[in-house]
Amino acid sequence: MKTLMLGNEAVARGLYEAGCSFVSSYPGTPSTEITECVAKYDEVYAEWAPNEKVALEAAFGASVRGKRSFCAMKHVGLNVAADPLFTISYTGVNAGLVIAVADDAGMHSSQNEQDSRHYARAAKIPMLEPSDSAESLAFAKLAYELSEQFDTAVLIKMCTRVSHSQSVVETGERVEPAQKPYEKNPAKYIMMPAYAKKKHPVVEERTKALTAWAETAWINRIETGSDQSCGILTSSTCYQYVKEAFGDQYPILKLGMIWPMPEQKIRDFAATVDKLVVVEELDGFIETHCRSLGIPVSGKDLFTEIGELSQNLVKEKLGGAVQAGETLAEDIPARPPVMCAGCPHRSLFYVLKRLNVTVLGDIGCYTLGAVAPLNAIDTTICMGASVSGLHGFVKAGGEECAGKTVAVIGDSTFIHSGVTGLINIAYNESNSTVIILDNSITGMTGHQQNPTTGYNLKGDPCTKIDLESLCHAVGIKRVKVVDPYDMETCQAVIKEELAADEPSVVISRRPCALLKYVKHPGAICSDPEKCKGCKACMNIGCPAISMVDGKAVIDETLCVGCGVCEQLCKFGALA
Amino acid sequence: METKNIMIVGVGGQGTLLASKLLGRLLLGKGYDVKVSEVHGMSQRGGSVVTYVRWGDRVCSPIIDKGQADCVLSFELLEAARYTEYVKPGGRIIVNSQQINPMPVIAGAAAYPENLVEKMSALDVNVDAFDALTLAEEAGSSKAVNLVLMGRLARHFDFTDEEWMDAIAHSVPPKFLEMNKKAFASGKNAQNV
Repeated sequence: MKTLMLGNEAVARGLYEAGCSFVSSYPGTPSTEITECVAKYDEVYAEWAPNEKVALEAAFGASVRGKRSFCAMKHVGLNVAADPLFTISYTGVNAGLVIAVADDAGMHSSQNEQDSRHYARAAKIPMLEPSDSAESLAFAKLAYELSEQFDTAVLIKMCTRVSHSQSVVETGERVEPAQKPYEKNPAKYIMMPAYAKKKHPVVEERTKALTAWAETAWINRIETGSDQSCGILTSSTCYQYVKEAFGDQYPILKLGMIWPMPEQKIRDFAATVDKLVVVEELDGFIETHCRSLGIPVSGKDLFTEIGELSQNLVKEKLGGAVQAGETLAEDIPARPPVMCAGCPHRSLFYVLKRLNVTVLGDIGCYTLGAVAPLNAIDTTICMGASVSGLHGFVKAGGEECAGKTVAVIGDSTFIHSGVTGLINIAYNESNSTVIILDNSITGMTGHQQNPTTGYNLKGDPCTKIDLESLCHAVGIKRVKVVDPYDMETCQAVIKEELAADEPSVVISRRPCALLKYVKHPGAICSDPEKCKGCKACMNIGCPAISMVDGKAVIDETLCVGCGVCEQLCKFGALA
Repeated sequence: METKNIMIVGVGGQGTLLASKLLGRLLLGKGYDVKVSEVHGMSQRGGSVVTYVRWGDRVCSPIIDKGQADCVLSFELLEAARYTEYVKPGGRIIVNSQQINPMPVIAGAAAYPENLVEKMSALDVNVDAFDALTLAEEAGSSKAVNLVLMGRLARHFDFTDEEWMDAIAHSVPPKFLEMNKKAFASGKNAQNV
C-alpha cells in the first residue's frame, strides 16, 4: 500500500519489516519519531534509555543475545554513544544491530552542526544514507542484511530534511527471524588487548570487503545525463536538490552507502565526465576521500560547509540561473521561539535574574532562559555540562563565586548525564548549588517519558526514580523542593542554599504547562483602571502579555493563569 | 505536470502541521508524487514555522526555495510578509489577517509593521487577506483556523468537494468533524471580511 510517511516513520517501518524486536534510544531532534513510531508495533520491544550510551549498549546486548536490535539518536547523541560504538566495531554482532543518527544541518534544534559521517570512517562502521522516505524504509531493511552478512553494526545517517519530510512509501510484510542462539565466545565479545589485537585486522578486512560490496551495490547508482561536461557525486537530500535543479541534465553517481565508498566506481564515473563535482552538506567528506584517492574533484570550493544547501544554491553554484521573488522593503521583526505561556521555567529564571547570579545552563526548553528579556543564562554546551561545569567554575572562583553561581538542568537531562557531575560535586566537595528544573517530562523533543516520570515509552506505569533520594544517595545532604510559580519562596530558598557552606540541590518542581493532565485556572484579567503602565510584568517575557496604549493587556487565548505576572504587579491590575 | 508548491507558514502551535497532513492525504489520494516537509523541535515553541507541500509527477527536493511557491498560505500576517520572496512572480498569498506579536515586539525592541496587506499587494503577487480567526470562532473553535484556511485554499485549486471531505475526515478527530467541515465551508464561501 502506498502511504505518505516521515523519513523517521519509514525507518521505523523498515525496522518492523526487517524483524527488529529490540529498540533502545534517547530522544533528540530530529531523530525522536523513529523510536516513537516503532514503539507502536506490538512485535517490537521499545524503550527510552537514560542516555545514548546506555541505549547503544542495551541494543548491543540484545544483538548478542540474538535479536535484531536498534538504537536512534541525534548527531550529538552519537558523541555520548561513541565509546561503545568504537569497540562494537571490533566485536561485531550476533543478530543484526542498526544505529540511526540524525544530523541537523542548519541547526533547527541543536547546539552544533557536526557532521556524523566522520564517525563511520573513524569507527570503521558502514554508513547508509537515504535521500527520502522510500529509501529510509529500504535501507533500514538492507542494514540488517549487511549487519549480519559482514558481522558489523550498521549506521543509518538521517538529516532533518529526510527525517522530517513525508514522501511516498510502499510498505511490505514483516519477516520474523528466529532468535539466534548465544554462544560464549571470549575472542569475539571480550575486547581485552589479547583479543582486540586479533580483531583489529578483521575490522580492516571487513572494510575492504564492504568496499568491494559497494562497487556493485544497487544503492550506489549511476544516473545518466545528457551533458557530460559535469558529473555530480552526491548523496542524501543533496541528491534531491541536484535532481530538482538540473533534472536529467548531468550524470549523477548517487551514493546510498557513504562509508566505505566504492573507489573504482567513482574512478570510472569520473572518467566519463569532463569534471567531477561533489555536492554534499556540511563537511567535504566525500570530497576529501576522492582527493585521497587522487581523483580530481570540485566541492567545497563551490559549496559552503555551513548550514543547509537547497535547489537554488546548487543551481546557482553550478552556473544556472535562479530567480527569487520580491521582498518587502520593510523591517520584519524576527520571531524566535519563546518559553510557552505558563512555562514553569520562566519564573525560576526571573528569580535567578533578580538574584543576579551566574547561571551555567544545559540542553532543553530552558535554554530559552538565555534570551531577552530574561537573559538569565551564561553558558550552554551539551547534555549535563551545567552541573560538571559548575563544579569547575566554583573551584576556580572560590567561596565568593560559590555564593553567586548556580547550574540549571532539566529532569531528563539530569538523569542523562547531570547526575555524574553531581557525584563529582559531592565527591570532590565544591560548594555548588544545582537547580533541577523538574517539569515531569522531556519537553523540547515533544513530551517523552523519562526515568523520573513514572511511565515508560509505551505509556505503562513503571518504576519512578525519586530525584530527592537520588541526590541524597550520591552524597548531597541539602536537597530542597520548591514550586517555581511561588517566586518569593523560590528566591528565599535559593538564597539560603547559595549561602550554605556545602553543596546543595534545589528541585524546582512543576509539570510542563503543555501536558494534557495539567489543569489551569484560566486566564488572568488585566484591569486598565489599575494598570499604571510600569511594565514590571513585561520583564518575564510572557507571550500572553503585551502593552497596548501604555496598558498591560492579556491575550486570553494564550494565558493559562499561572499567576506569575500577578506577583509582579504592585497595583493589583493583574488578577 | 509541473510541480506545484504550497508553503504553509505561521507561529509554532497554530496547527500548521494538521493542514499539511490534510493536504498530503488529499494529494496522495489523487495519485501524485508528494513531499511534505516540516521542522520539529525548538521552533515549535512559538517561533516562526514553515511547512512545504509539493506535488506533481515526480517531486525531488523536499523544500521550496525562493521564487518557487505557487502559494504561501499564512496563519498570521507578519509571517506572510516574512516569506514574500518565496512566492513566484504572479503567485498567491492567502493570509489570515490575525496579528500575533513576536517577542521583540512584545519586549518593545521592534515594532509590528503597519499596513502589511497593502504593502504586499503592491508586489507582483495576488494577496487574499481575511479574518480566518473570526470565521473559525463562528464555526465553533479558534483552533479551526487551519480548516478555514484550507477552505480558502480550495478556491484556487481544482480539487472536488468529495476529495476535500475525504481528506478532512481522515485528518481530524470524529467528534470535531462537523465543526471542521463548517470551518472549511466558511473559509471557502465567505466574502472578504
